[in-house]
Amino acid sequence: MKVSIINGLLINPSEHTPRKETLYIADKKIIDANTNTFTADLTIDAQGAWVCPGLIELAAHLGEPGFEYKTTIAQETTAAIKRGITTLCYPPNTSPVIDKAEIAESIHRRALKNRQARVVTLGALTKDLAGTQLSAMAALKQAGCAGVSNAKQPITDTQVLYNALAYAATFNLKVFLFANDAYLTQGRCVHDGSISTRLGLAGIPSCAETIAVARALALQKATGVALHLCRLSCADSVELIKMAQQQGQNVTADVAIHQLYLTELDVEEFNTAYHVQPPLRTLADQQALIAGVQSGVITAICADHEPHESAAKLQPFPSSTPGISGLDTLLALTIGLQNKLTLSPNQLISLVTSKPASILGLPQGTLDIGAPADICIVNPETRWMLSKENMFSAGKNSPFFCWPLQGQVQTTIVDGEVKFSGDD
Amino acid sequence: MTKRPHHLLTIADLSPESIANILETAKSFITPEGKIQKTTDLAGKTVANVFFEPSTRTRTTFEIAAKKLSADILNFNAQVSSTSKGESLLDTICNLQAMYCDMFIIRHNDSGAAHFVAQHLPPQTPIINAGDGRHAHPTQALLDMFTIQKCKGAFTDLRVAIVGDILHSRVARSQIYALHALGVPEIRVVAPKTLLPTEISEMGVHIYYDLLQGIRDVDVIMLLRLQRERMQHALLPSENEYFQQYGLTTERLQIAKTDAIVMHPGPINRGVEISSSVADGPQSVILQQVSNGIAVRMAVLKLAMAGEL
Repeated sequence: MKVSIINGLLINPSEHTPRKETLYIADKKIIDANTNTFTADLTIDAQGAWVCPGLIELAAHLGEPGFEYKTTIAQETTAAIKRGITTLCYPPNTSPVIDKAEIAESIHRRALKNRQARVVTLGALTKDLAGTQLSAMAALKQAGCAGVSNAKQPITDTQVLYNALAYAATFNLKVFLFANDAYLTQGRCVHDGSISTRLGLAGIPSCAETIAVARALALQKATGVALHLCRLSCADSVELIKMAQQQGQNVTADVAIHQLYLTELDVEEFNTAYHVQPPLRTLADQQALIAGVQSGVITAICADHEPHESAAKLQPFPSSTPGISGLDTLLALTIGLQNKLTLSPNQLISLVTSKPASILGLPQGTLDIGAPADICIVNPETRWMLSKENMFSAGKNSPFFCWPLQGQVQTTIVDGEVKFSGDD
Repeated sequence: MTKRPHHLLTIADLSPESIANILETAKSFITPEGKIQKTTDLAGKTVANVFFEPSTRTRTTFEIAAKKLSADILNFNAQVSSTSKGESLLDTICNLQAMYCDMFIIRHNDSGAAHFVAQHLPPQTPIINAGDGRHAHPTQALLDMFTIQKCKGAFTDLRVAIVGDILHSRVARSQIYALHALGVPEIRVVAPKTLLPTEISEMGVHIYYDLLQGIRDVDVIMLLRLQRERMQHALLPSENEYFQQYGLTTERLQIAKTDAIVMHPGPINRGVEISSSVADGPQSVILQQVSNGIAVRMAVLKLAMAGEL
């Protein structure tokens, strides 16, 4: 199918500034063409809109296998498309865990069958994510996993972690590590500071993260593995990674977008919508995370999508399940970062498109000629508010209800095919 | 500060006027001979004691208080109830409400449990927090304030030291709020670093690691119970070392003011946080706290039902 997108402002992450230009699609790819010779089967008028690559989410939990009571791949991949997200990266903490090729393959098949957002998986670093034995990483790679990860399960045995990184490096597998010290984290639910003291909640000190980040960086140096550190939450971690990058270590990092908007102060009154892992920390930490995104030390941003059934949040705070359902708000909150970051629209959009793509080794995330035609057309000025009723994810656990949001998706295209049109 | 006239969830929600009103109301229940009157303030009402943590003293005093007000009391002991069958807290509460309970007194091991219940029941249903995790134990703090007022009169000249496991203590947190609200100018916390919460000074207290410095010239010493688990979780080496460093003995008590009072929410660990001679001595008001607890809890129940907190 031949598609032309006219009158839109092209936000290509590989360019410096937006430009008004027609985008041509044919045979599932972005092509070089001109109006005179190209006969479109479909013309999309993107007047007043940004034409971006489809968003790529680095961490989205999709419910299957094992958590179908929360949601399903069909539900979440459809929700993603409606919010301009065309690729989802699925961490391995399913049940059973993605530690065998056939589990990865079954997830890929299911996503393909739904024909909504693409799904790439991360295989488990250790069997059952138990942190004691290596998983069949070579087989997982062959099954199509984009990397391996510990999800959010701390690995306490340093020898095991060392070997796991070395083994992953053998097969050029990138390790997506959520760095957290098990002993300083378990049984705790908020940042260890003045709020946890006042509310009598067991707090996770910042050093729980920095200890694990420092350990991971040392092991990266020893093994040469390609390392991606997931979901930073504190200032000191940014500092450590900055130094490592300056010394030429192969390390990238991401931050969950809600960390750039919320802090520990939001936990007042024990609202479980603010119970997340890693916890929301101080304003100073938030400012350091924002500076880290600005400078590029933090490579990319994600939603860290964890949809839950309502009962999971209908508990006293310490017993509630951590996590935010973030697909519905990722794009709008990214556009909202214009108030916090001095970045061009191209740089801003790159944080959720080309940067995640390069971390995952995917050809999407760009509007360059020859790239797969995954496109998100968004009206960046449209104001709207999230509600339980208009939320597309099955998980309604969001802290962003009634927030003034900006940016609504007009059209989403995957592989050159329109999957969502706002006029529906 | 959120206005919740039917709820007592935390001292932080109460204005100084509300606290004073509770203390006055408590006083009104005590006869000149020092006995507790029986009234009909809650006649016809069913009060549910919903305790998910073991308690004898708090539950019993709430039960006595409710009966003194002529309420019917229902004791729901979660250990032997459907909670062990996996029923959620919310379902338990909704079921009890469906059984026409008019007021809930809740103790739970999760901080924020009382707030959680309050979010899910109509605002006119009185909810009294009898202790939630480490967060708050407002009626304990109120009866402590009542006791201090009875012994010392005014609050505005006092030096108060709270000694012990502040980190895990809902009593300490509520006491700090109450003492501030009543205008106590100097509040000290005395504990080893492992038992002090992060940034506790932001609650407006002075930190002491040394007991003798911490209780020098104070008017009130509030001791906290040390739980055995603290040794298991590598927070302290032994009860013996704790007693050597922080135990209140007759000798050490002399560092405080001569008329200083010694308080403890109970149950006391003799030979750990307090010596027997101090516990049984003339400066201890520990048993008075227990008696005062009845009148104070009567006041809280009465005012909560009327929406006058």
